[in-house]
Amino acid sequence: MRILDTAPGAKLLALGHYQPSTVVTNDELSKTMDTSDEWIRSRVGIQERRVAGADESLEDMAVHAGGKALAASGLAASDIDLVIVATCTMESPIPNAAAVVAHRLGIEAPGAFDVNAACAGFCYALATADASIRAGSARNVLVIGAEKLTQWLDWTDRSTAVIFADGAGAAVVGPSDTPGIGPVVWGSAGDKADAIKIPDRTDHLRQEGQTVFRWATTALHPVAKQACERAGVDPSELSAFIPHQANLRIIEAIARRLGADKAVVARDIVHAGNTSAASIPLALSRMLERGEVRSGGLALVLGFGAGLTYAGQVIEIP
Amino acid sequence: MAASEQDILEGLGKIINEITGIPASDVTPEKSFVDDLDIDSLSMVEIAVAAQDEFGVEIPDDQLKNLKTVKDVLNFIQN
Repeated sequence: MRILDTAPGAKLLALGHYQPSTVVTNDELSKTMDTSDEWIRSRVGIQERRVAGADESLEDMAVHAGGKALAASGLAASDIDLVIVATCTMESPIPNAAAVVAHRLGIEAPGAFDVNAACAGFCYALATADASIRAGSARNVLVIGAEKLTQWLDWTDRSTAVIFADGAGAAVVGPSDTPGIGPVVWGSAGDKADAIKIPDRTDHLRQEGQTVFRWATTALHPVAKQACERAGVDPSELSAFIPHQANLRIIEAIARRLGADKAVVARDIVHAGNTSAASIPLALSRMLERGEVRSGGLALVLGFGAGLTYAGQVIEIP
Repeated sequence: MAASEQDILEGLGKIINEITGIPASDVTPEKSFVDDLDIDSLSMVEIAVAAQDEFGVEIPDDQLKNLKTVKDVLNFIQN
């Protein structure tokens, strides 16, 4: 073999996001469930979340977010040769979301696959995009995290119904002379597979909150530090930390142990809810839009969730 | 050598301060976590994990609901 077209590195070129238009507040949920705004804010940190309507399918949201990222990148649809959608809430097993989304965005015949690593999905997908570009298997990759979690919720179960929400975030990733995406540190804890699950097509999302909280606040800060080490970056050099927006208390617990004292910590969950694979690109895209982070800075992204699975890497902010 | 109850109380006070911001001096044996210190079950999980690291005693999730006062935790760690 004589392999051409490899790249020394890959980096995020642009971001985009989409949030459904319907906002649901804690007070509204308190009307139909035994809960309160005060309880939700203190235990989970959410103030309001977005719920997709019947006319906002998972693919719709992915197309919107992907389209915005593509437009922001300055690339043409014809420049994209791989589309990856990270999701765990597809309504039907086949066809995958990526092929449909690619077609709707006018991207012709790219590689197309979905990744199901639940809330760690975006980081898994990003790592795969990075590896593909470096290996010469792709040139420009559209990576999308999209979820329509609300269609899987038991609206009588206040332990899940107040947490999960809908949305999509996307990144265009392209080749770079120096690495703009660090090596991923990924793993799983299949012994705790029952902690977060949708048992079957007729059932709802179930979560053992206490188990997940204990795992997330203990097992992940070492992963975060490892991801920094693998990138040759000290946590004190990070200008942003974007963990999966699972629960504000988890976010704060991990951030406290990370030692990234100059980093802005993403708290997008307050206004977006927990959107699983969408949460990281959604949070980062919104933070960039609001000027909370600046291009060129280093950010640590860390996904974790059902599986249980996790993945994190350092990235250069586009 | 087993730590004295006073040592454990001081260690616990530091842990609770780090996790919740409550002054360590407020952490006295008769205080109830929920009613007196306003510490909820999520913070209890964090406290249990930190106490495990500090004192080497495992406090599983299903035990936490039985630990209502600071004294309950002191007893658990000592036994």
